[in-house]
Amino acid sequence: MRVVIAEDAVLLRAGLVRLLADAGAEVVAAVGDAELLLDAVRRHRPDVCIVDVRMPPTHTDEGIRAALVIRSELPDVGVLVLSQYVEERYAGDLLAAGSSGIGYLLKDRVADVAEFVDAVQRVASGGAALDPEVVMQIMVRSRRRDPVAALTAREREVLALMAEGRSNTAIARALMIGEGSVEKHVNSIFVKLGLEPDAGDNRRVLAVLRYLRT
Amino acid sequence: MGIVTFTTVVTLLALSVSLAITVALAVPFVWLTVVSSAWLGRVERSRAAALLGVEVASPHAPLPDGMGWLRRLQRRATAASTWREIGYHALLLPVGTVTFSLAVAAVSVPVLMLLLPVLQPFAPRDDLGTLPLGLAVALAGALVLALLTPVIVGHLARFDAWLVRSMLGPAKGAELTARVEQVERSRTALVDAVDAERRRIERDLHDGAQQRLVAVAMDLGMAKAKLDEQSGVTPEVRALVESAHNEARRAITELRDVARGVHPAILEDRGLDAALSSLAARCPVPVRIDVDLPERPPRAAEAVAYYVVAEALTNVAKHAQATQVTVRVSGRAGRLGIEVTDDGRGGAVVGAPGGLGGGLAGLRDRVASVDGWFQVLSPVGGPTTILVELPCAS
Repeated sequence: MRVVIAEDAVLLRAGLVRLLADAGAEVVAAVGDAELLLDAVRRHRPDVCIVDVRMPPTHTDEGIRAALVIRSELPDVGVLVLSQYVEERYAGDLLAAGSSGIGYLLKDRVADVAEFVDAVQRVASGGAALDPEVVMQIMVRSRRRDPVAALTAREREVLALMAEGRSNTAIARALMIGEGSVEKHVNSIFVKLGLEPDAGDNRRVLAVLRYLRT
Repeated sequence: MGIVTFTTVVTLLALSVSLAITVALAVPFVWLTVVSSAWLGRVERSRAAALLGVEVASPHAPLPDGMGWLRRLQRRATAASTWREIGYHALLLPVGTVTFSLAVAAVSVPVLMLLLPVLQPFAPRDDLGTLPLGLAVALAGALVLALLTPVIVGHLARFDAWLVRSMLGPAKGAELTARVEQVERSRTALVDAVDAERRRIERDLHDGAQQRLVAVAMDLGMAKAKLDEQSGVTPEVRALVESAHNEARRAITELRDVARGVHPAILEDRGLDAALSSLAARCPVPVRIDVDLPERPPRAAEAVAYYVVAEALTNVAKHAQATQVTVRVSGRAGRLGIEVTDDGRGGAVVGAPGGLGGGLAGLRDRVASVDGWFQVLSPVGGPTTILVELPCAS
């Protein structure tokens, strides 16, 4: 797995390089601002790039804007955005171009080393990785309250994990139930929400999120 | 004294007025009038303080910094305090003359009457009655007048003091208004200083401790992974590393909550709507958010609104046993309205800071610090509503 890192905080950048190298990835470039990021991505065509939302010069949303450029120019490159706090609208912008190869995580998640590496791999192979907090925010803002309310508590948990981009296996592990149960819940959710069941994890993330955000 | 003040002031005033037609020429004389009047006023006030024991403050309002001298002159020349001062100086001559004369008379007449018998042989031959009766009358009169003298002089002094106070001192209402304005200014400065300080703390936390903690946790996570790969590692070592890793992760979450409590970065960058969403997402009770803000309110009002909702949601989660919370925020005509309603058991109390209901008391004080209005409606059995209105003139 070939990775480009864009992070202006020196300590964190070094840590990410080490972490990914340890996990067997090849860090082809580690830069500190959006311009250098775009250069590096265009030159190296990595599998995934890890991007901080705020970078020099203005420290507002350089990362997001660069991420959107990469999504439109080079759709094969996965983009994992790291942020100090999660903002539902950024998630919306990122998801607008499709849900394959997209991730949006709180910086703190980096500390869950195994989970973080898993998220990076997911995004690199075209999957999705959304922070549980952003999923919560989306669900909170969802205008479609009633059908979601029709789900059982367990189904809502599964829904949230699906929206994060997890596979059935991962959901089963997280909730400590069997994969078969997960599949049943997933089908029930899709039926209750009136969505088309789809085998692909990516498409279902998109479907769920689109549903919640309309 | 009256002669000096009278002459100075009236002359200068007359000159200023007569030269008013030619503005340029009049200006130096107006300046001279104002300045000398103020100086004379100061002299008179010191005199009152020294001789009459009456402390009177200067009536002139402080002028804001950064004004050209012409504007300052204009302000001073047209101020009511200056005209009262000039009036005092002009009056001082006639009034001063009268009081002076009265005082002198009050002292000298009894003295003369006392000395009458002694002087009598030197006086021209008048019919003053028989010597013993005349003497008695004179003495009696002198005594009476002598008793009256301090009274008269006292009244004169009090009159003098009153004149100084009313014409050279600050107008009653003006003094209070000036004080209130000063207090308001210092309070705004304080609130701004506190906000700036909190921002700085949050930034320091983010750039410093939070980053380091994440680095520590990453190292521990990697160490744990390496230990998993190796065989022959005692379970204790692995358990220790795992425990350290978990603690570090918990510390990261706690520190992040503290930093958010000190100053939520998302509020600064993305505004109230986004910040409230993130609050709602973290609340265990389902929250519905309704924000209607045609334009972004000023920072101070935004911050107070955020803390109101944060505290309200914390209370709901801890005490209310509610199943649903609704948050409504609307901004209309320079006022920001916030309403948080939950369907819980009610009975909320705004108590003393630090005790039960302390959180709400803190909110009330914070709302008051920006001149807002705060109300809690919480009958036992529910529902509970917190209503806040903040002025937000920008």
